[in-house]
Amino acid sequence: MAKGGSPPDGELVQLLTPEGERIESVTGSDGTVYRADFTDEEYRGLYRDLVIVRKLDAEATALQRQGELGIWASLLGQEAAQVGSGRALRPQDMAFPTYREHGVLYCRGIDPIMPLGLFRGVDQGGWDPNEFKFNMYTIVIGAQTLHATGYAMGVTMDGKTGTDDGEAVIAYFGDGATSQGDVNEAFIWAGVFNSPLVFFCQNNQYAISEPLERQTRIPLYRRAGGFGFPGIRVDGNDVLATYAVTRAALDHARLGQGPTLIEAYTYRMGAHTTNDDPTRYRIASEVEAWQAKDPIKRVRAFLEREQIADAAFFAEVDEQAKRESLHLRERVLEMPDPAPVTMFDNVYPNGSPLVDKERERFVEYQASFEGSAH
Amino acid sequence: MAEKLTIGKALTTGMRRALENDPKVVIMGEDVGKLGGVFRITDGLQKDFGEDRVIDTPLAESGIIGTAVGLAIRGYRPVCEIQFDGFVYPAYDQIVSQVAKMHFRSQGKVRLPIVIRIPFGGGIGAVEHHSESPEAYFAHTAGLKVVACSSPEDAHYMIQQAIASDDPIVFLEPKRRYWEKGDVELGLDLDSAYPLHASKTVRAGTDVTVLAYGPMVRTSLDAAAAAEEDGRSLEVIDLRTLSPLDLAPVYESVKRTGRCVVVHEAPSNVGLGAELAARITEECFYSLEAPVLRVTAPNTPYPAARVEEEYLPDLDRVLDAVDRTFGW
Repeated sequence: MAKGGSPPDGELVQLLTPEGERIESVTGSDGTVYRADFTDEEYRGLYRDLVIVRKLDAEATALQRQGELGIWASLLGQEAAQVGSGRALRPQDMAFPTYREHGVLYCRGIDPIMPLGLFRGVDQGGWDPNEFKFNMYTIVIGAQTLHATGYAMGVTMDGKTGTDDGEAVIAYFGDGATSQGDVNEAFIWAGVFNSPLVFFCQNNQYAISEPLERQTRIPLYRRAGGFGFPGIRVDGNDVLATYAVTRAALDHARLGQGPTLIEAYTYRMGAHTTNDDPTRYRIASEVEAWQAKDPIKRVRAFLEREQIADAAFFAEVDEQAKRESLHLRERVLEMPDPAPVTMFDNVYPNGSPLVDKERERFVEYQASFEGSAH
Repeated sequence: MAEKLTIGKALTTGMRRALENDPKVVIMGEDVGKLGGVFRITDGLQKDFGEDRVIDTPLAESGIIGTAVGLAIRGYRPVCEIQFDGFVYPAYDQIVSQVAKMHFRSQGKVRLPIVIRIPFGGGIGAVEHHSESPEAYFAHTAGLKVVACSSPEDAHYMIQQAIASDDPIVFLEPKRRYWEKGDVELGLDLDSAYPLHASKTVRAGTDVTVLAYGPMVRTSLDAAAAAEEDGRSLEVIDLRTLSPLDLAPVYESVKRTGRCVVVHEAPSNVGLGAELAARITEECFYSLEAPVLRVTAPNTPYPAARVEEEYLPDLDRVLDAVDRTFGW
């Protein structure tokens, strides 16, 4: 194991090299020591998570290609950023995702079928954020960072910070979102109110087709300085470093020490969504270079080198991933279309006579076709 | 026990009661703390309830509404003050895309009991962006409810009812009427106060139905008093709830009078008046003696303050429209 040290400004916190070599610890510029001391079982668990979320994601892409989902936003390439940060959350922590955090969702112990209604078009992805400590997916870019900030203000108002078992909040967003006013307002508010919040930016290098240079002149993590809280850049393809950095930031937040911006430096290996064609805006050699930094390969190399896992383990994980993805597929195919009349439901908690009247007319109109060939 | 209060004070006392009755109620906005708001509507509340419950926010309207969403998910009941109507637009995305839709998207699992208070309308001699009437933008959006108060008693109870409601509510306050006084019967139970989402006949009449809300209720009542001298009897209905509209009393009235004039400060094009005219035509077609007429501001941006008196509907323009309904 390499000893590590402090990364020069602008470099990544890394605890596992692309070749699978462990770095014992890294000391951040503020003196925080990042290390990942996992048991063998935990190392194997992280590997299992990575493989499963990639497989589930591939299954969803396939389902879209077969016409079973309307669209899919793949996380391919970002598994470590999501599993590392997702596993760093404590049960009491609250997450505010974008629409791509399928890996975080999985780590929260949520059934991966849950968001697929949204992508299949049978619902709007509705679940109770408080039940799962995981907000609904948010499609409007950056809007959820303000929701996370408000929620975190509530945590403070409830007196749930300042102790080891305090609550922290994590807000996910991408590099493109950092150009949004809402994200910058969230930075300002979280700073001003010293909110227990971790801003977790997966810099996957592209906002659909636009490269990072179109969003920023400085490394994203350095934006935090202007808002008055720490920013740190981590190798987002390194699940160990992502875990360590996120866990430290969450604990910093839960102790009442305020927000942190984490820039998880990663790469979107696939398209923005299944409607996108990335060959129009990036070259194959760039994708190949990132393939060499694959988040799963390096964990496997490490597990093999350290003899933490054997061939039987890897085969068993692949088998489990296959089983879970098949199970997901079967259930997606069984998702029924909603009854049209349900579009009138839940417009308001207290209802509305206007909507009620329209529902009534809709039902009458639909009934008028009964018995006809229409 | 009735007390004479201005609309502004009636709102303040209403919010004070809401803060007392529910520890989850928080007030947030620009300058709402020490200053008590630029119109002093939150005057004294931070002093009595603390900086955690009456929150001076950074100067960012999207931030006010976006963080209110998060607070509501956490179980709070945020009452957001937008300082002036023309400054609500930076928050528009959060209001129409997040606040309005989250209950629906979540299949009813999320409730966002957020009140967005907006002082609206003109007539105060202000510079641009301080006199607008943005109600149609919000009334058009499913998932939002929109109400406007016009009297001290309504202000006092409607704000409390809005805060107690689990629906997200855009609460429009007639800023030029903040200083108008009226009797407020304090201490009523919210359920026994006049319902929030109900229109109210504020003057009975027989010849023409005049529909108004917010600042134009006073204008319409003044017009009705003037018309009486000319021997015309106007019935004035304060709509109070702009989304959903409470139209049963309107239909009943128009069927009786056969004539209807809608008055609002917002421009006519695709506004509340158009919606009212369409619905009244559908429901009261055979009773109408004349088309539903609208008295509104012109379809121009709000002009310089020195000409706003000519821009805004006034008593004479209401009476002119009333006269025209007899021309058919």
